[in-house]
Formats: sequence, structure tokens, C-alpha cells
Amino acid sequence: MKKSDRLEKLFSLSNKLFMPFLVIGDPDLETSLALSEGLIRGGADLLEFGIPFSDPPADGPVIQAADQRALLAGMDTDKAFEFLKKVRAKTEAPIALLLYYNLVFRYGVEEFYRRAAEVGVDAILIADLPVEEARSALEAAKKCGIAPIFIVSELTSQDRLDKILEEARGYLYLVARLGVTGQQKEVSGNLFEVIERLKKKSELRIFAGFGLSQPEQVREVLRLGADGAICGSAIVGRIEENLGDASAMVEAVEAFCREMKAATIS
Amino acid sequence: MKEAGKFGPYGGFFVPEILVPILEELETATLEARKDPAFQAELSNLLSNYAGRPTPLYFAGNLSRELGCKVYLKREDLLHGGAHKTNNTIGQGLLARRMGKKKLIAETGAGQHGVATALVGALLGMDVLIFMGAKDVERQQPNVQRMELFGAKVRPVESGSRSLKDAINETLRYWTEHVRDTFYVFGTAAGPHPYPMIVRDFQRIIGDEARAQILEREGKLPSAILACVGGGSNAIGMFTAFLADEGVRLIGVEPGGLGLETPFHGATLSKGSVGCLHGSLSYVLQDSYGQIHEAHSISAGLDYPGVGPEHAWLKDTERAEYSAITDEEALDAFRWLARSEGIIPALESAHAVAQAKKMKLRAEDILLINLSGRGDKDLSHVARCLEEKGK
Repeated sequence: MKKSDRLEKLFSLSNKLFMPFLVIGDPDLETSLALSEGLIRGGADLLEFGIPFSDPPADGPVIQAADQRALLAGMDTDKAFEFLKKVRAKTEAPIALLLYYNLVFRYGVEEFYRRAAEVGVDAILIADLPVEEARSALEAAKKCGIAPIFIVSELTSQDRLDKILEEARGYLYLVARLGVTGQQKEVSGNLFEVIERLKKKSELRIFAGFGLSQPEQVREVLRLGADGAICGSAIVGRIEENLGDASAMVEAVEAFCREMKAATIS
Repeated sequence: MKEAGKFGPYGGFFVPEILVPILEELETATLEARKDPAFQAELSNLLSNYAGRPTPLYFAGNLSRELGCKVYLKREDLLHGGAHKTNNTIGQGLLARRMGKKKLIAETGAGQHGVATALVGALLGMDVLIFMGAKDVERQQPNVQRMELFGAKVRPVESGSRSLKDAINETLRYWTEHVRDTFYVFGTAAGPHPYPMIVRDFQRIIGDEARAQILEREGKLPSAILACVGGGSNAIGMFTAFLADEGVRLIGVEPGGLGLETPFHGATLSKGSVGCLHGSLSYVLQDSYGQIHEAHSISAGLDYPGVGPEHAWLKDTERAEYSAITDEEALDAFRWLARSEGIIPALESAHAVAQAKKMKLRAEDILLINLSGRGDKDLSHVARCLEEKGK
């Protein structure tokens, strides 16, 4: 199946969606693959994967620690692509990458997207690449049929939103709470207004992420109008809590995924 | 953004979406302040009467006799706060006030930028929070005490290499969480646009003064200028006024650590490759996949695996040259300047002094060394290092 088709097919069903996040290779490649399978069994509609980076300024302590674990276990970009190929063999769910620009730049932007497409990646979000700097990445994404994903927040101005909407494909990643990634008790107060503003301007699906750690928060962002919820730190936190016991880890992550997915239905 | 913030292919603003609006706001405030006579008058008044500008250009007679040519020192060590950093923090502090921000945050390596931010916070009545690598908190204790005396909070950073790189990561994270009321006083001419431009413009007074001073004293320009380069703010501040003077060699001196043949150095321009760190494209120390290496230097202020984007461009265009000085050579220069001129340089600045010793010089040469800071903060660290080496 072609990359963009996987997203389109999923979006053609009008379900609310859940996308969990893992750092590839955390705590090691083998366990990471078992965790991905757990997420698929747990009902993940899409899978979002991070390639670990030594210096992740948009991430809180939980994902920083996951990056460190993965790097210490020998993770690198080529191994990440091999891993994604294995995940793709097991699922037709869309796969998104979330990573930092230096990894893409150093690999060669065009080569990175070509390789990503080859292993079955559907969407790429580069956390520190605002639309103004994204020209070569956008060209590469287009060429490979990969959806370029952009983050929007309540602070994004109208001008810049227009610029972003011109280039964004797949879905929009809406920051549910200003800050870095991490588990939070509350979502931002004016999320509703932001979603309204986006819906007026764009047909793209809106996924809310950053700080979502409980099923109740998933229900809340979906009630406010988001089409999907993304959860990273709360999943990675369950990896951290179960280090040293891979089967307990997979079980905990799968159970949590199931709980979060259920919140998109009820 | 109104400008792309590029130096050749380098620079730009590679930051998470949440930070783009605040950087736009900062750019607008900066461009307006440039043209605002009231802002410029207040800046100029504080630089003169609070910080002590102009700083002297000192003819170092003893050094000159030893090296066999004329050596001048630009005495940024005499600036209030003890280093050139105050030029920038006064400017950015005034920008913060102009933008209505209530709180200043900053990273610091050696602690000089932290001190300079803390004193400006006290001066302007703003809360200050400083992020400092835990390793640097240990080796730069006097500066921690000074920051706290000025009323700033110092938060040790335990992640990664526990030094400047990680302090910047942590400050960026904090800023992302508190972007509405907080101003990030960036310490060096690196980071995302508009910081490399802002820091250069507030630091260029070093070179502007030095150029006028040397012309007055010698009736001609120096043959070479030496400045240490970590992120590169004192160097760019010194170089900018001389960029169009083709006969003047501009030499940036990077931290060679235990030697460029080892992995333990911070010589980003000499040994690094092009990459993206802390919001701009420049040279970085990294592996083949783009994972950032830890830097090493005896001097906390130079212990950084990145460098300002304008230096990357000056290197590529060959307008400036970049060399490296080892920890040991810097230590020697630290003592050499103390003994020969009665001046204790910061370990950072000692790298620039050490470079002078290694150059082939002719009697008609005039060297201008940017003495970017004073070394009182380094005394116990240097004593420990010398003890370890059994000297």
C-alpha cells in the first residue's frame, strides 16, 4: 500500500484516533519491537516513533531518559530504519516519525526521506524545523509521498498558520499544553478556541499531544474537537517503571494503550 | 521573521514551533530598539557609568619584550562583572524590559554570563534564574556565590555532560514552558536567530573601541587579532569592526583540551562538521549520525560542542582563521600573564594569550589580544589542576 493511502484509508473511517509514541531502541531494539507489537494489540490506530537524539530540547526528562537508554544500547539512524521495516511487516497502521533536524540533516535530507519511505514510514514531524526552514525537507517529503507534519500551538500567529497550512499534509499536531513533552494533569485552557480556529482554516485532522497522560484527558481533547490524541511520556514512563522486566513492561504498555484507545470510543 | 538570520548557509532558527512567536517578538523589539534614540541613550549611559566603558587598551610592555613585537590587551577583564558578558546582558536586559517580560533566564558555563545576567536582573529589578551544568557549579564556585548574592537562583543541570551544552538545553526547555513572561538572555553569539545578531551587535563595541584606540596610539591597524572562541561572543565582538580591514588577521582560538588528536577537546571549527545544535546551523562536534559529542576543556566557558554561525561563515570564507590551544598551554599562559604583567586572565582568555606565544612574529607586528575576562574565578580550579599534574 502507498504511504499516503494508509493515512487516507484510516481517515476515511470517521473514528476518533489514538497514536502512542515510543523511542526506537528504548530500552533496546528487541524489547522495543515487542513494545510496538503490544501497542498494536492494544488498539493503536497509528504509531509514532522517535529516533533518539543526544540533545532533545523539546523533550522533558522522561523522553530524554528514553533517548539516553536507546543511545547507550547502541541505537543509530540506520538501525532505526531496519526496526521500522520490521514494524511495517507486522501492521498496516500508519507510521509517523518524530525526531530532531540534525539527524535528518546529517543523514542527508533527501536520502533520509527516501529511506524512510522505503521502510514504510507515512509521516515525518521534525520537532525543531519550523516551516520557514523546511524547504528541502518539504521537497523530499513530496518526492517520496511522505506527509510532512507540522506542530501548531495557541501562540502560532495567523500569518504563520497560513504558511503552515499551505505545506502541512496528513494531520496537524496541536500542542495541548505549552511546554516540552511530559505528563501533566491539565490540558491548556484555550484549546477549544485553537481547535475552532484550525477547523475554520483546514480540513486536516487535528491530533492533540504534549502532556496527555490519562484517559480522561484523551476524552477531554476529543470533546473539544480534536480528531485524535497522541501520548508519549506516559507510555515511556511505563517503560521506565518496568526496566529489567521486559514482559511486565510490554504488558503494562499494552494495557495502558488499550485504556487510552478505549477513551477515544466512550 | 523579517530576516532569515543567515550567515552564508549557517544560522537560521531551528526551534520547536512554540518558540517561533517569541523569537519573532524578540526580532521586532531588537530592530525597533536599534532605531530608538532613547533605548540607545540608556544603553550607552549604563555601559559608561555602570559597567565602566570604554575599557582600556593596554600596551603590554613586558609581553612585548618577550615576544619581540608590540602586544596590546583589550581589557574586557576590567568591565563590571569581570568579563565582556556584561555588554550583552545590559543590552538584552533593556530589551526584556522593553518587551514587558518580568523574568530573566540564562545558561552559563564559566558563570560569567550568569553573573552578568544576575547583576542586570538586580539593576533592573527582575527575577533571574540561571541554569548551570552541575560540573561547572563545582569548578566555578565563586561565580555561583556572586550570582546568589545578586539575588539570582542557580539551578544545577544534571543531564548529559553536566556542562554548558546541557545548561542551554535545560534553559530552552524552561523557556518553552514559560514563554509568555520570560526572557531568555542568551550568552553567546550562537543559538537561533535573532540571537547571533543581537549578541554580536551588543558585543561589537569591543572591536569598535579597540579599533579607534589602536589607531590613536599607533596610527595604524594591528597585524593580527587574537580572541578565544567557545560559542564565540567575545571574538565576534572584537572581529566585527575589523572585518573590512583586509590586512588584519583575525584569529579565533579554540579549546584544544587534551589535544586535537584525542576526543577530549572543544575545537568545533577545527575538528567539527556542519550540523544543527541549539537552534542554528553551524559547525558542531558530532558522530556520523548527528549525535552530539561532549566537549572537553579546562575552561568551563569554552567547553561547548557548538559555535556561533557567523564564525562558521568566517571560517569557510577564510576571513578568519581558527587554531586551538591545549589545557596545558592555557594553564601556562594563565601564569605567564600573571607573572609578567600582574594580570590574571580568565582561563578562557588565557587561550588567546597562549596563541601569541606560538606565532611567528616580526618586530613590526602589532598583536591585539582580547582579554575577555579576569581569572579570579579560576584560582581554586587552577590550583587543583596544577596539583593533579604534580607541578
